Amino acid sequence: MLDKNGIAKRIAKEVKDGMYVNLGIGIPTLVANFIPAGINVELQSENGILGMGPFPTEGEEDADLINAGKQTVTLLPGAVIFDSAMSFGMIRACKVDLTILGAMEVSENGDIANWKIPGKMVKGMGGAMDLVASAKNIIVAMQHVNKAGESKLLKKCDLPLTGVNCVKKIVTELAVIEVTDKGFKLLERAPGVTVEHIIKSTDANLIIEGEIPEMSID
Amino acid sequence: MINKVVANADEAIKDITDNSTILFGGFGLCGIPENCINALVRKGTKGITAISNNAGVDDFGLGLLLNTKQIKKMIASYVGENAEFERQMLSGELEVDLIPQGTLATRCLAAGYGMPAIFTPAGVGTEIAEGKETRNFNGKEYLMEMAFDAPFAIVKAWKGDSAGNLIFRSTARNFNPLMAMAGKITIAEVEELVPLGELNPDYIHTPGIYVHRIFKGENYEKRIEQRTVKAKV
Repeated sequence: MLDKNGIAKRIAKEVKDGMYVNLGIGIPTLVANFIPAGINVELQSENGILGMGPFPTEGEEDADLINAGKQTVTLLPGAVIFDSAMSFGMIRACKVDLTILGAMEVSENGDIANWKIPGKMVKGMGGAMDLVASAKNIIVAMQHVNKAGESKLLKKCDLPLTGVNCVKKIVTELAVIEVTDKGFKLLERAPGVTVEHIIKSTDANLIIEGEIPEMSID
Repeated sequence: MINKVVANADEAIKDITDNSTILFGGFGLCGIPENCINALVRKGTKGITAISNNAGVDDFGLGLLLNTKQIKKMIASYVGENAEFERQMLSGELEVDLIPQGTLATRCLAAGYGMPAIFTPAGVGTEIAEGKETRNFNGKEYLMEMAFDAPFAIVKAWKGDSAGNLIFRSTARNFNPLMAMAGKITIAEVEELVPLGELNPDYIHTPGIYVHRIFKGENYEKRIEQRTVKAKV
């Protein structure tokens, strides 16, 4: 079973040289820490950065320089700042190659829900609806089951949707799952996790073909 | 050149009456018009419809106007950082319209560019599409979203001059230049009010034609919402 850093490490393997990548809040933010040397990417933050760098060292924080999660960050040489309309313009125009974000639920046709629990929690969609409506490639980073122990991979989402038919891949603490035309396909299992455990933790059907390899995260 | 300079925040906002719609620049607490928010609290303007990406935190930014119940309706994309906001929303005291962040930005852009509406794929197939006109372009569905029509915009810039030209600093730019374009009356507070001619015309983000009043702000707190640092090596 993977911890949050393990999920981020596995997703970092999906990041290819030359990509522009948008990382959501939470586990997706950690992906930046594990992008291998020699892979040159530019991180986009939807509040208006391309070329986002790591957190500043203490004393170097700048209140005017934050990421979309409102965290203090730095800029890499060659970075650029723009306004929010241009930021979502480049997202809408499919210039961003890969979007990695969290989810409360994903359905087997690639629908995603991550912005509202009616009557309980309403934080808003932020940029997520824009990102999932336009991204070429969307990977969801999330826990396989929620705090109540219920599967977050469903036949159909119960919560209000953020976007439809858009998620391509899901990486959880248990597995890597691809969203295909026929539904969820199990690609890899986390170290020490059995296929049976993954099936039991998944509310939707899983397409399982042949031996499922254990994922390598190092 | 036309002189847009006013003395201070109180003078800049003096004709904002109760039940006005106001666009507020900023992202989280970054680049928010601190002086004008404080002046609105002092003036006690009520029934405000606030259009802003976020709603501040409990004791800073738009949270100050929420605490005094001066905001009647909030139009925003993300409001997760404010407990008082959540309480007022769930109890029905506060009307809330949540819209995608890119839609929010582009509805401002459209207003500033003189276009009545935009088409965006954001929200297609979700509850925010309910009741909205859709159109299919090249096999993909889009929602029609209207340009904002707001009597006031209040923004914060780094530098400005008496003609109202503005330059923003780093990610404090965010929604500020967009909202500046979208207001019928746009008020800009700046950290530095510089003499005419000092700003390089090539580097101005917001042309002064979009700005009606400008003043030098005071005592900026510039609070950091999530201070994240890494260890020194």
